[in-house]
Amino acid sequence: MNLKKVLTETEARIITGNEEMDRECRGFYVSDLLSDVMGHAQEGEVWLTIQTHSNVVAVALLLNLAAVLFTAGAEPDPATIEKARAEGVVLLGTALPAFEAAGRLYRALTEEK
Amino acid sequence: MTSLLFPADLHIHTALSPCAEREMDPPRVFARARAAGLRIIAITDHNSTANLPAFLASPPKDLWVIPGIEVQTKEEVHMVCLFPGLAEAMDWGELVKKHLPPVQNRPEFFGEQTVVDAEGNTTGQEEILLLNSVSLSLEEVVKLVTERGGLVYPAHCRRPSFSIYSQLGVVPACLPQKVLEISPGDNQTTLEKEYPGYRFICSSDAHRLAEIGRGRTIFPFAGARWRELVRWAELSIYNY
Repeated sequence: MNLKKVLTETEARIITGNEEMDRECRGFYVSDLLSDVMGHAQEGEVWLTIQTHSNVVAVALLLNLAAVLFTAGAEPDPATIEKARAEGVVLLGTALPAFEAAGRLYRALTEEK
Repeated sequence: MTSLLFPADLHIHTALSPCAEREMDPPRVFARARAAGLRIIAITDHNSTANLPAFLASPPKDLWVIPGIEVQTKEEVHMVCLFPGLAEAMDWGELVKKHLPPVQNRPEFFGEQTVVDAEGNTTGQEEILLLNSVSLSLEEVVKLVTERGGLVYPAHCRRPSFSIYSQLGVVPACLPQKVLEISPGDNQTTLEKEYPGYRFICSSDAHRLAEIGRGRTIFPFAGARWRELVRWAELSIYNY
């Protein structure tokens, strides 16, 4: 699944990384604890979270994640957006709560297989 | 006993914290603290005590430097831990280190973790990422710090990230003293209503020199002594 598909499935908007929508994502991880993400998310995944601190970008870079998808309308801090833009990290935002966003993505992923 | 007033800033990071500036070394932090009129400071890096020996080696006579650490619990709550002496703080620092996940720091993402000496020279880099959670719960941290004779209380209690409010919503009952750290700009009158019976320590959480003393608490102490601080913290239990 590429990021464009993630975007349509979750009715998300692009916050940063407009030109990266063809990027493939290898899976998804849902968590709001940065340390948990550092320990368990895998390279190339899309991370669903309501965490908006700029450390989110550092974690995304560390793990080389495909994108961060802010759920439930969570708005990243200006510092987070700025850092993501500078480092080329894709940030997406959806009004859907994490459960529904993850549910839709799970279904889409299953249908793909 | 007559009390004197001691302006204090009990939450200061050093060059060791990846998010702090390199300028946060002993000579410059002390100079800035004195210029800001502080009489007490606490050194509280993220999850490490590696720079405490440098800061405790030869502080100015009129500045009490409390050895401390800002621990990130399993719940991602930041807790300020302060100790009566360097030995107790370093002992706790060893234990914290054992509970950090073995993730290497990537300075280009998180920042440098510089270890310094008392003159401010670089002596090394901490390799393990300090911006992480230890595998200890808040309750365990509270217990272990208290056992070591330290004081422990939630950092920047109302911040939207890494605070007791953001991670747990309410203050858990396990805190040994009813003390909360607040940030400059927080409305203490509102918070007093929200957290009845609590006492507040306002600190800067300085990551650069210019921030030192921006948040401060003025303590009425008979002298700059550990037991005065403990007494102040414990008074919060009986005050109401």
